[in-house]
Amino acid sequence: MSLPELKPAMETSASPLDFASSPINKSLSSEEKVEHYRQMERIRRFEQAALKNYQKDGTMGGFLHLYIGQESLAVGAASLMGEHDHMITAYRCHAHALAVGMDMNECMAELYGKATGCSKGKGGSMHFFAPDKNFWGGHGIVAGQTPLGLGLGYGLKYKGLEGSSLCFLGDGAVNQGAFHESLNIAALFGIPVVYIIENNGYSMGTSQKRSSAFKDCLAQRADGYDMDWDVVNGEDFYEVRAKVNIAMERARKESKPTILEINTYRYYGHSVADANHKVYRSPEEINKYKKDHDPINLWRQRLIQEGILTDEQANEIGKAAKQEAAEATKFAEESPAPTIESITDDVYWEVDNDTEASKIGRHFFND
Amino acid sequence: MREIQYRDALNEAFDEELARDENVVLMGEEVAQYNGAYKVTKGLWEKWGDKRVVDTPISEAGFIGMGIGASMLGVRPVMELMFWSFHSVAFDQLVNNAACCRYMSGGLINVPIVMRGPANGGTNVGATHSHTPEGLFAAFPGLKVCSPATPADAKGLMKTAIRDNDPVYVMENTTLYGIKGHVPDPADGDFTIPLGKADIKREGSDISLIAHGASVLRALEAAEILEKEHGISAEVVDLRSIRPLDQDAIIKSVKKTNKACLVDESKPFCGVSAQITTLIQEYAFDYLDAPIKRVCTIDAPAIYSPHVEPHQLPNAERIVKQVLTIA
Repeated sequence: MSLPELKPAMETSASPLDFASSPINKSLSSEEKVEHYRQMERIRRFEQAALKNYQKDGTMGGFLHLYIGQESLAVGAASLMGEHDHMITAYRCHAHALAVGMDMNECMAELYGKATGCSKGKGGSMHFFAPDKNFWGGHGIVAGQTPLGLGLGYGLKYKGLEGSSLCFLGDGAVNQGAFHESLNIAALFGIPVVYIIENNGYSMGTSQKRSSAFKDCLAQRADGYDMDWDVVNGEDFYEVRAKVNIAMERARKESKPTILEINTYRYYGHSVADANHKVYRSPEEINKYKKDHDPINLWRQRLIQEGILTDEQANEIGKAAKQEAAEATKFAEESPAPTIESITDDVYWEVDNDTEASKIGRHFFND
Repeated sequence: MREIQYRDALNEAFDEELARDENVVLMGEEVAQYNGAYKVTKGLWEKWGDKRVVDTPISEAGFIGMGIGASMLGVRPVMELMFWSFHSVAFDQLVNNAACCRYMSGGLINVPIVMRGPANGGTNVGATHSHTPEGLFAAFPGLKVCSPATPADAKGLMKTAIRDNDPVYVMENTTLYGIKGHVPDPADGDFTIPLGKADIKREGSDISLIAHGASVLRALEAAEILEKEHGISAEVVDLRSIRPLDQDAIIKSVKKTNKACLVDESKPFCGVSAQITTLIQEYAFDYLDAPIKRVCTIDAPAIYSPHVEPHQLPNAERIVKQVLTIA
């Protein structure tokens, strides 16, 4: 069955027919497709609210790395996760957190450094975690999480579980030594890890061309380790699901790793503190992506085309997401800060659990 | 009681814990088929196989981070650094991921790893292979550090470290691997030593020699000389555990003897002995009859020359000399 032509105004490089017919996508119900739209909108609205809040005085400190423009990646991958699939990423982590099912309230409160935050205010923007949802953070050191993602895969294999470790990283992380060590071990040992490079074209302020030596793309480095790899068009939600699923199945069934390079774009800077993001990138480039390649708009158009979503319904979803983010802001504003006494909680498991071991010897050396 | 080598005491600890808990995995370079660079893991791969004793490539950051990640899912890796000196290539994993994930998650995660290997000088292997980073790691809340000096302490502390649900870094010593000592017979029951508990290796009344690791043996040698040649009765306090620290044992000893000379194989700046000095002056100030003295490694990168390295490290001669300045 052929789909009607997309409206000319949304000319895009996505190929509308290829991946919708992949089994993993054909099996999606209309409700699920609309739900994925809703998840992407929720992330967008949360990030927009976070940005607005950040710019007010006395709300947040530290860094804020926004995911706006990249929503299809986190939601696409999370939508494929089963009981034994696990996810880990770097510091641009709010989207992954929400995609696996964390609350807007606890996430916004964490940004505000409140005790009701998902990390009790102890982590901040770069460190959202939800082990009960198979989400292992939220990490600040570029590529520092890539051996951890390897370890999650190792743990799955060790325990004989059929699952995969989805380890996200940016295009800037591919040059870190720890990533190369992880790739070697993943291929050598046969670890069920899927490395997902979220390639938004820039590592902080430096373009891919100025950072990386490569032939055709970054994922191709997998060839050096005799590892499977692929490149994905991130703005096509069906393609993200189809290709991530292939890699996850390779991990689950064969215990073999993959590198996926998913091309995407961030509308804002590396972080909100990045004052140069319209200097190292042209406003034309940014606007072109917003206009022609926005993954949420493209998915919206796709679902309207498929007759399962109307503009009105889409607007309602956006409105509800905006409202949810506003309520999360209120929750964060009204929540208490951590107590000073709580600074030394959550350092040692033994101490927090009041075990025999914790009662022997001095553990803290405060004056 | 039977006498076995320090390396064999560790070997027993691994064997017993591999039997006790199916989640325990030994990992490191040459630990499996080579039987360990220093034969500490000898025979274990043969007995337990590829899954429980794992040879890794030379990729400390990679396999240590892998172990940390696996520990979040309940695996309990006991990972080897062939030399603790190689910590530097895996530093991010060791002090960020291992030490901070629990905190940054607000207590949702714990990292039950053991990192182990020899941390010592004295074997003429040069500056980059002779580091003693126990003080360095003890400076990171979230980590635990211990330094056994005898075979029994090595076995007891290693078993505890493996069972501890926090990251524990165990400082062994190539010069101690071959030393024999009494170790309780496994037939007599499960033998463990808690973290945070020091041990009085020699009782005395005139001065407290406080040390850890191989420096304990140097202190004991010095105590003999002090007794026989100078009539000074030195008490030797073996810290065993750096963090958590048995502060009570330290203070009790100094209150008894009124003098302290700390022996520490680290270089002088900010070694373990620097931390203990501040604790003693804070908690036993009125009991001190003299300034606290230290004998550390002479302040330069580890020298190669076999003629000179024994003098760069703390030795009995330098300890006796230092003690006599306050005796």
